[in-house]
Amino acid sequence: MKRKHRRFLALLGSMTLLGLAAALILGAFEDNLLFFYTPTQLAEKGPPGARFRLGGLVEEGSVAKDANGLTVRFRVTDLTNVVPVVYTGVLPDLFREGQGVVVEGEIDGAGLFAAAAVLAKHDENYMPKDVAEALKASGEWRGEEAE
Amino acid sequence: MIAELGHFSLVLALLTAIVQATVPLWGAWRGDAGLIGIAPFAAAAQFLFVALAFFALMHAYVVSDFSVVNVFENSHSLKPILYKLSGLWGNHEGSLILWVLILTLFGLAVAFGGGNLPPAFRARALAVQGMISVGFLAFSLATSNPFLRLDPAPLEGRDLNPLLQDPGLAFHPPALYLGYVGFSMAFSFAIAALIEGRVDAAWARWVRPWTLAAWCALTLGIAMGSWWAYYELGWGGWWFWDPVENASFMPWLAGTALLHSAIVVEKRSALKSWTILLAIITFALSLMGTFLVRSGVLTSVHAFATDPARGVFILGLLVVAIGGSLLLYGVRAPALKAEGLFAPISREAGMVLNNLLLATACGGVLIGTLYPLFLDAVGGGTVSVGPPYFERVFVPLMVPLLLAMAAAPLLPWKRGDLRGLGQRLGVVAAAALALALFTWARMSDASPLPACGVALAAWVSGSVLLELGQRLKLFTVPFGESLSRARHLPRAAWGMTLAHLGVAVFVAGVTASTAWRIEAIQLMRPGDTVTVAGYDLTFESEGEVAGPNYMARRGTFTVRRNGDIVTLLYPEKRFYPSQQTSTTEAAIHTTWLADLYAVLGDPAEGGAWSTRVYYNPLVPWIWLGCLAMVAGGAVSLTDRRHRVGAPVRRRAAQPAAAE
Repeated sequence: MKRKHRRFLALLGSMTLLGLAAALILGAFEDNLLFFYTPTQLAEKGPPGARFRLGGLVEEGSVAKDANGLTVRFRVTDLTNVVPVVYTGVLPDLFREGQGVVVEGEIDGAGLFAAAAVLAKHDENYMPKDVAEALKASGEWRGEEAE
Repeated sequence: MIAELGHFSLVLALLTAIVQATVPLWGAWRGDAGLIGIAPFAAAAQFLFVALAFFALMHAYVVSDFSVVNVFENSHSLKPILYKLSGLWGNHEGSLILWVLILTLFGLAVAFGGGNLPPAFRARALAVQGMISVGFLAFSLATSNPFLRLDPAPLEGRDLNPLLQDPGLAFHPPALYLGYVGFSMAFSFAIAALIEGRVDAAWARWVRPWTLAAWCALTLGIAMGSWWAYYELGWGGWWFWDPVENASFMPWLAGTALLHSAIVVEKRSALKSWTILLAIITFALSLMGTFLVRSGVLTSVHAFATDPARGVFILGLLVVAIGGSLLLYGVRAPALKAEGLFAPISREAGMVLNNLLLATACGGVLIGTLYPLFLDAVGGGTVSVGPPYFERVFVPLMVPLLLAMAAAPLLPWKRGDLRGLGQRLGVVAAAALALALFTWARMSDASPLPACGVALAAWVSGSVLLELGQRLKLFTVPFGESLSRARHLPRAAWGMTLAHLGVAVFVAGVTASTAWRIEAIQLMRPGDTVTVAGYDLTFESEGEVAGPNYMARRGTFTVRRNGDIVTLLYPEKRFYPSQQTSTTEAAIHTTWLADLYAVLGDPAEGGAWSTRVYYNPLVPWIWLGCLAMVAGGAVSLTDRRHRVGAPVRRRAAQPAAAE
């Protein structure tokens, strides 16, 4: 085989693969991008059709367990707006009232957020950026001084 | 006092690094042997200074000197000694010192272990190492000095994040860094080769052991991190496609490609330019991994630093390092002539396919990891790219990789024929297909995908064993001769066999644990029993126990199978008062075929506890597969051709016989 043919074949192979990869990536991107909302953004923009993430603080005194002991109800707040959340399962270690939380799931017509996952960010200082900014704006910021 | 000595020593290291980065380069340019000769000594001095600084910091940790801010923030006097030490690298500042320590250690190894390298080439490689060192030391001294004092000194430290107080994670960062920094050697050799404008088989022989060692360490580091996530986070998952995990996985993918393409350069003098580019990309991804994890761009347990000034500094470092080396590559690479030609069906072509697929997968992971950062930077909102994206991009690319992985080692160099290959692999393909059908029928899954995963694992392991059998001429010659062939088989061949088998075992583990995992979440009172996958778990009791720096609620479970007691499980929920944090300690019963994984959740009313029990089939195979890959790399590393200096000794012993 001539060098020219070989080069053409190699180029063809790489191009096919690149096209395949692009198709895979674009196809997967479409369905799997999770948008992040704060309760205020949710109130302003309205809920997205698909699954999304909601971040804020677990409102003090809002956590309650159903009789089965596994379903938990609480409210996520950014101190301006509040969203009620229901979740069945075991909560992560860092879940606590007054702490930052991110929940992933869908919202129903009545405005109840059914969480499929409560994310443990594995960091007690973690707080979504938008929430931190909202807290700073409202003077409720109790974290360390901003760097 | 000791902390100040450490600080001073770090400044001296920076000055030495500046000398190492410039003088040998100038010497090699001018052909001045005296200036070239400075390189090894600069490398040695630099290692000494960095080691001094490292041990000064370690001393502060061991004696709990809380007047040092870094110790105050990350240690506690009651912490076990192992976690006092690992606290050093469990934070941003300390981990940078470890990074540089490993970098200079490798520099030292090249300076005094690389006796068979041409002096000018070695001087250039060491100069590149010096440049990396300058960047990191300047970064450390300017923005992240670990020796800053606190006055007055607090009485007690803030303690290390309890999640990080774990033996698996204590050694995870050093192993990861050995990998990251190890790829800097391949990078330095690549840059030195570009400066000289020459890449040959000898170059590949120098690069391969470094790449292999770095790859082994990185594999081990990633496996350790994944193992930790599995038993410590209490979700029974082992890989989350978290940006931090991806940050270490991308250099691994590129490094794996580099490992294979360097073989082609050594054996066949082909793919030179591509290999140089891969070496640059692999190290660039390692740098980016450090950047992503250390700058606080990602919010995760690893994101220790939240100082944007640091981010800007590392970004500058990245731009200079990656931009500069790619520029040099653009200018010099066209001069690298490919010599070895090969047909589309040949072992080289198999390696090319391996490289293309790995590079594409790496690109896919890169896009998924960086896209949220990009969108955030241009004000497009906050998004995250979830695991489904990565699975949908990654898995389809791995299927052809595994298919080709089985075939390529059976093909000869230069030109092979598909018919012969088909004849040899026909049996393996039939067996894999039969196993897939059997699995599908037996497990009665709706989707055929798990069965395909099992078939792929069987296909890879079958062909690896077939290849080994053919090398040993098993069953065609007397057994004694096969045994003697086995003894004389190059260690590199054994290494490949082991590593490829490891991949097969890993694939089987991933498939089974993803497809057939059983999960049970329930509320249990003492005396209650839950049945999972044939195991009866009885919740016996729950009580309080005290650890060195934590309090724990511990549950006791009796595990029975067909009425016989198998084991007792003690999952814990620990509370660390110093950090006001709790962690979950899963209890795991491991057999060769599965893990039984029990977690104590939260207390509910009336003495009940929420509990989770997972049955994770073949999860141990995941770690076993990784260990086999590392072992394969290590065995290959002991191959005589890789041992630095080995050819020199042979030449010295029998000067007449050589060449």
